[in-house]
Amino acid sequence: MKQTNSPKVLQGTVGEGLEQRGITRREFLKFCTALTAMLALPPSMASVMAEAIAKARRQSVIWLSFQECTGCTESITRSHSPTLETLIFDLISLDYHHTLQAASAEAAELARTQAMQENAGKYLLVVDGSIPMGDPGYSTIAGISNYDMLIETAKGAAAIVAVGTCATYGGLPKADPNPTGAVAVSDIIKDKPIINVPGCPPIPVVMTGVLAHFLTFGSIPELDDLGRPKSFYGETIHDRCYRRPFYDQGKFAQTFDDEAARMGWCLFKLGCKGPVTYNACATTKWNDGTSFPIQSGHGCIGCSEPNFWDAGPLYKALSMPVSATASMLGAAAVAGAAAGVAITWHNRSTKASAKAAHEKVTPQELLREDK
Amino acid sequence: MNHLDLLTFARGDALNWALILFAAGVVLRLFEIFGLGRKADLAKPRTNSPGSGWRTVFTRSLPPQGLLNREPVTYVGGYVFHLGLFATILFFAPHIEFFDDLFGISWPNLPSALVDASAVAAIVALCVLLAHRITNPVKRMLSGFGDYLAWALTLLPLLTGYLSFHHLLFEYTLMLSLHLFSVELLLVLLPFTKLFHTFSVFISRWYNGDIFGRKGTAS
Amino acid sequence: MSATLAKGINSFKEVIDTPIASFFSSCVHCGLCAEACLFYTETGDAKYTPIRKLEPLRRVWQQEYTLLGKLGKTLGLSKPVTDAELEAWEPLVYDSCTLCGRCAMVCPVGNDLTYMIRKMREGMAASGHAPEDLVGATTRAVTIGSPMGIKWPAVLAQIKHVQNETGIEVPVEKEGADYLVLMSSMEIINFPEYLSALSRIFKQTGVSWTLAQDAFEATNSGIQIGASDLAREIVSRIVVAAERLKVKCVISPECGHAFTALRWEGPNLIGRPFRFEVKHILEVLDELHTAGRLKTKGKDKRPLTYHDPCQIARRGGVVEQPRRLLNEVASDFREMPDAGVMNWCCGGGGGVSANSRAEPLRLQVFKHKKEQIEATGTQTLITACANCRIVMEEGLEHHHMKVEVIGLTELLAQYLVEDNTP
Repeated sequence: MKQTNSPKVLQGTVGEGLEQRGITRREFLKFCTALTAMLALPPSMASVMAEAIAKARRQSVIWLSFQECTGCTESITRSHSPTLETLIFDLISLDYHHTLQAASAEAAELARTQAMQENAGKYLLVVDGSIPMGDPGYSTIAGISNYDMLIETAKGAAAIVAVGTCATYGGLPKADPNPTGAVAVSDIIKDKPIINVPGCPPIPVVMTGVLAHFLTFGSIPELDDLGRPKSFYGETIHDRCYRRPFYDQGKFAQTFDDEAARMGWCLFKLGCKGPVTYNACATTKWNDGTSFPIQSGHGCIGCSEPNFWDAGPLYKALSMPVSATASMLGAAAVAGAAAGVAITWHNRSTKASAKAAHEKVTPQELLREDK
Repeated sequence: MNHLDLLTFARGDALNWALILFAAGVVLRLFEIFGLGRKADLAKPRTNSPGSGWRTVFTRSLPPQGLLNREPVTYVGGYVFHLGLFATILFFAPHIEFFDDLFGISWPNLPSALVDASAVAAIVALCVLLAHRITNPVKRMLSGFGDYLAWALTLLPLLTGYLSFHHLLFEYTLMLSLHLFSVELLLVLLPFTKLFHTFSVFISRWYNGDIFGRKGTAS
Repeated sequence: MSATLAKGINSFKEVIDTPIASFFSSCVHCGLCAEACLFYTETGDAKYTPIRKLEPLRRVWQQEYTLLGKLGKTLGLSKPVTDAELEAWEPLVYDSCTLCGRCAMVCPVGNDLTYMIRKMREGMAASGHAPEDLVGATTRAVTIGSPMGIKWPAVLAQIKHVQNETGIEVPVEKEGADYLVLMSSMEIINFPEYLSALSRIFKQTGVSWTLAQDAFEATNSGIQIGASDLAREIVSRIVVAAERLKVKCVISPECGHAFTALRWEGPNLIGRPFRFEVKHILEVLDELHTAGRLKTKGKDKRPLTYHDPCQIARRGGVVEQPRRLLNEVASDFREMPDAGVMNWCCGGGGGVSANSRAEPLRLQVFKHKKEQIEATGTQTLITACANCRIVMEEGLEHHHMKVEVIGLTELLAQYLVEDNTP
């Protein structure tokens, strides 16, 4: 934190910067190897990546925070210290970031406009938080609405990284009834490549990994149809969960503190959304690979999925109805009964008139006159 | 609409409407049937056998003498299908959660592998029964659009359930949504197709048992 | 006045009730009813599948009494039942269904198809789609008093014949007798042994009985053709006579549908419970035997088998009685396959034997009974229905089989311990 807050002295290439900070090539290569693995690239790419990053000029990054909780920033900064990954900030030139920058007021905004001018068409724009479309006054920075600032800043960006579920899909602010009219970055910006890094917050290494990819290849990683890098969001939590065998055997915890829960059985019945959540939590884990929610005994809430907040109660099993109740069925049955009474009345009148129309059959009437 | 939204819709509004139409439809059909009425039988019953209707409700599940040999496909296929279907619906842990949430009652589940086998057995039985329906002259003659529709309506939940459980064909969230939609389609159409025998079989068997019981020959 | 399609459809609407609605709702088109039907198993023709015989009735139910059907009818999407269709269905409903009820025993969803066919015949008759021969028989039953045109003098002649033969007086119009005895036309014409056997047995057992001049005929063509108005008229004669003579019990003779007509349909036709009991002759004989009043001596050594008449066994509940009686007088009684409530029909019940058009089909499906008899290795066939008896005799003759058919009452009388003192 201290370092990033101090004025940047590193100039030139990333390699030079690393050298100045006393990072050995061996350490750097190790970092790149880890990154290639994470990005699902062939191992041979590690040295290519190291070479590319070392030669690259420090990438100018502008980080805009809109309707957000700073959880994404918390995630990307705190949890990586002291690993090598924090150094990623030395690979870039973070020119604007509310939480991390020392400057304030006009100076801060000046830094942004300067970076935009100096690196026009080349800078990377990182956004966290959703954009309120209801009333610009819901969220402004230096008197500029989030929408205006996004439009203005996105114009000269090479690419945009939307971090966190708010920026990627609208997130919490967009949850029903969405009072601010919150939308995602991709709802507004249509003409720039956008990488979605959802999660509430996203996994730190996923954020750094995406930045490293951009730095290395100058392009965006392969994305799925929701704009997420496939290398991190290709599989569900459930698919990679260490508790999966219990699910397959039909062994479930019924409460958070029962014997089954202590034995580490599957949390499906307690509302785990792992089966429908695409993220890397179960493999990369959090806090330097220490754990992830399911490992700590709580089901996945599906925070990296669009509209997860409105996807049914958090503690209801996925197979449970979102809102159906037995009383609703009862009411429907009453309605059916009312319709049934009407039908019965109609049927009975049909039958009664058939009875009234009945003419006593006589032997003569067993024959047809026309036959 | 992304897949999770689709699933939320499938678990939410779509399910609510399907359940409403199902419950209303079933009650309506029961009114349709019972509303027609039945004249009291004035003939003195042969034996005082008040339970013959109820007994037949159960005993009619067993094949009468000789018929199993004459129509093994229908009987064996029918048993495997129905038992597989019921085991799958009633003893798969996620399904029990569904009933628990809706009605507040739950019961022990079967191991998922067993449920999986039941579902496969039911699917295979359905396919065999379809082939039999097409090749057997009696069944083919009796069959119309409604029969093939009912077959498809029954197969789809089993098939989509199997595919989603095994993460096959489509992405899981989408497959699970399709599974729910197929169940919802089944629920909505059940009261108005021959699938209503799910409910009316108890009525028709009861009358059969009652009619024969009065004569002293209920099965 | 004439039968019309409108009258037929009207009848369909009248007869459809909760059981029928539940039956049609439950049918899953599994086709198992065909496997139980003599007409399908012996011909292999799918058109004889029992549930298919009910298709016109089903459509009227669907169109008149279900929400979707009503909608379809309003929108003009449904196929109305036509005269041509009913005409095409006539042979299915009358010629190839003996109302034997076997299909109703096997239907996995419990449909009583016989109950439905019986009701469907109401509409068939009212629309003029009943077989000519059944119309004739019914007309004779109503106008003359018997489907075969028999009048009291013919019965009287037989009474005299029996009295001469046995020396026993046949009581007629005896008020206060315990039992009113009925006969079927078939017995009056073809099997006088019945009355003879009965008078001997009743004399021996000391039973007080009588015949009634205006109610000797037990059969009821109205039931077979499916005209309740006429069936009511026919059954009322028996009710009136039984109540006039103040009998305790009316004995239905060795005739299947007569038992159904009187025992099960009778009270429902006249709209009130009977003030007397109705028993099949086998029930009466079994009671007498159990009470020790009916004593027999010696046993028939011939291997013999018993054919359960459908309306007596499956749809009548008289299953154990004939076996108890048979074992009393036969030393080598062999059961046919599927004997009892799952028996196979002779092929001539439910009005089929009275319908000459159905004769070739009836003889074709008799094949099954033929094989069953052959399987027992017997040459003596006992039964308790004069109609089954005549149908089987014809069938046996057609297949050149030397098998003798005997009524159970008659067989019993042969081994009766008779007290010869007057």
